[in-house]
Amino acid sequence: MTSPRRGNPARSGSTALLGAAGLAGLLLVMELAPRLGLVDERYLPPASRIAAALAEEAGTPAFWTALTDTLIAWSAGLAIAVGAAVLAGIVIGSIPVLRSLTASTIEFLRPIPSVALIPLAVLMYGTDLGSTLLLVCYAAFWQVLVQVLYGVADVDPVAFETARSFRFSAWGRIRHVLWPTALPYVFTGVRLAASVALVLAITAELVIGSPGLGKEIAVAQASEAVPTMYALIVVTGVLGVIINLLARTGERRLLAWHQSVRGEVTA
Amino acid sequence: MLEVKGLRKVYRSGNREVEALRDLTFTVDNGELVCLVGPSGCGKTTLLRCVSGLLDPTAGDVRVDGKPVDGPPPGMAVVFQEYGRSLFPWMSVRDNVELPLKQKGVGRARRRQLVEQSLDAVGLTGTASAYPWQLSGGMQQRVAIARAVAYEPQTLLMDEPFAAVDAQTRADLEDLVRELWKRLGVTILFVTHDIDESVYLGQRVVMLSTSPTVVQEELAIDLPDQRDQLTTRADPRFIQLRTRVYEQIQAAKRNAVH
Amino acid sequence: MNVVKRILLAVALPLILFAGWYLLSAGSESFYSPPLEKILVAFGDTWSLDRLRADVAPSLLRLFAGYLLAALIGIGAGVAIGMNRRLRATVEPVLEFFRAIPPPVLVPVIMLFAGIGDAMKVIVIVFGCIWPILLNTVEGVRAVDGVVLETARSYGVNGVARITKVILPSAGPQIAAGLRQALSIAIILMVISEMFAASNGLGFTIVQFQRSFAIPEMWSGIILLGLLGFVLSLLFRLAERRALRWYEGLRAAQRQS
Repeated sequence: MTSPRRGNPARSGSTALLGAAGLAGLLLVMELAPRLGLVDERYLPPASRIAAALAEEAGTPAFWTALTDTLIAWSAGLAIAVGAAVLAGIVIGSIPVLRSLTASTIEFLRPIPSVALIPLAVLMYGTDLGSTLLLVCYAAFWQVLVQVLYGVADVDPVAFETARSFRFSAWGRIRHVLWPTALPYVFTGVRLAASVALVLAITAELVIGSPGLGKEIAVAQASEAVPTMYALIVVTGVLGVIINLLARTGERRLLAWHQSVRGEVTA
Repeated sequence: MLEVKGLRKVYRSGNREVEALRDLTFTVDNGELVCLVGPSGCGKTTLLRCVSGLLDPTAGDVRVDGKPVDGPPPGMAVVFQEYGRSLFPWMSVRDNVELPLKQKGVGRARRRQLVEQSLDAVGLTGTASAYPWQLSGGMQQRVAIARAVAYEPQTLLMDEPFAAVDAQTRADLEDLVRELWKRLGVTILFVTHDIDESVYLGQRVVMLSTSPTVVQEELAIDLPDQRDQLTTRADPRFIQLRTRVYEQIQAAKRNAVH
Repeated sequence: MNVVKRILLAVALPLILFAGWYLLSAGSESFYSPPLEKILVAFGDTWSLDRLRADVAPSLLRLFAGYLLAALIGIGAGVAIGMNRRLRATVEPVLEFFRAIPPPVLVPVIMLFAGIGDAMKVIVIVFGCIWPILLNTVEGVRAVDGVVLETARSYGVNGVARITKVILPSAGPQIAAGLRQALSIAIILMVISEMFAASNGLGFTIVQFQRSFAIPEMWSGIILLGLLGFVLSLLFRLAERRALRWYEGLRAAQRQS
């Protein structure tokens, strides 16, 4: 029996409508609550004033510099982490001894909160980009590594034996057997890491004061420019949503060929 | 008595309408075992969901002992086809059987007794503390039957309960249903797409047309009350009856094409 | 033999790394990476029982208070939203937006409302943790099998029992995934909120060490924080495995068939 639940254009249309209504409702509440005195206007300015502050920010070059800085730290950190994690994951994953040797260490290092490294980052790099990169890389690295390890473990032993019986070289086995199997997992890891990397990039800027949106938020807070602060927070949220959407659609596009039936391994 | 009168169900999605059931009328007397059989996709499941009060019909009504059904009636138990999904995997066999009794407010000692008795009755003595997924498919369906039996229903609805088990298990379970029915005196409405099964089990077979569904024909099964897999299925009368049902189902399919 | 081998494999690399660090840093003159020996001595000196009580205990209390509150509200609201299709469609974009905001930027906002006391830190943790719990609960409740719900209905499992015996257990694995994500966010926010404004707590103390260039002490704080993260995630895993034993078994059974 097919349940008339999904894939119905009328339903999905009304879903989008309801979602838009929800967002409009949020804006309305944010506009009215301060205006009606339900919350102090100094703490939560009306939505229209936040929007005005956002428009004003968007007119300043400083905002765009900060946004670019954040995106550079995010993308560079993510790229380094993905590269290192994929390499490490394939090496560790395809050599059984290494795998069992490193399992406990990975399990120990992974849950260490990356913010523990903030003092270290400050001492090593001060308020440079390096501080942000260190935190972003550390946090994103584990997300990808764990997924790559799952992916390598998922390689069908029969496929591997086949490749060996045809005397594939080690590189050929990795290139033609291991990599295609692990690829969907790599994408999942990248998607998870992309969100984490943004969180850590902004956190580092906020706490350490390295250049970027996070620092601008700290500055706005210190100078009591409350609407500006909210405007910048909205920007970080929108950035997060965009990264999420891009990562998800990218993953789906690239993996359209792959009959992916595995359950997602949540890290 | 279970009465289905002028039952009609139309699914609406957007501005498209699908008429699943057109006009169904039949009754099941107290203590009777009636099989509903029809071609695949004939709305058997829709019908059963209407009878069990899980789905509101578009028109017509279902009555149990004269009372209209507008939600799952208290004296009715359902055995679903998808035993793997109908049994709760987070509960042991015992808890699965016991939960409906708890909801009904049955006392602790009596619950114990009912759970034990019903598991014994379906041949699952000693599996009470296992989880359903530790059992084979046939045994899981036995748990689902035990759950229904422990509920002490007056009416038992079975929705293609054996469609997903292998042939040998299926024969065993058919005999189990006959045996429980005779012992407990419940009314059973048994939905199936298997013609032999309907003739073997039922006192009466109600044949359905293809969707939009109407009752194609009703047939009394005048086989001896004592049935078993070997002799009954070899009985010439059994073969006549199953041929009759088969012809009707084929006729129903042909009519649908025109 | 097998057990011995597994234990050896598990401890070998940590021991090598530890020994490597110890030996390489032994004669270190570097200001930023002092010898491990000094860090270990500092660890013993710094994290005395009094210090643990004065700085670590308040941190942990705030962490648990915030986390538990977030779990209660998140699961409660998640069940309500997940059970109602229209409500879900209405609020989901808003919730996705809130989840996408990097949680630490909430600290300055909540400081406006709640000052810099314990309340602020707990609220920060609640606000940061709640989204993954809430959204995962919504998703878990939405995905409860239709046959499960119909079975419950036809056997008269309604009201409270429907939620506690049917919907929550069924959504359990997904809820646990949300709780796991939330735990690491909670630890991050505990530290960050203390780095911003506090007079005690683990984050506060570590930053104090860094600012006063008490490097071995700072390192010892980082190690303590790491240990804390490890122990908490270990405890979570143990609790999860206990609560979701049925799920592991079910999955294993499904893989076999």
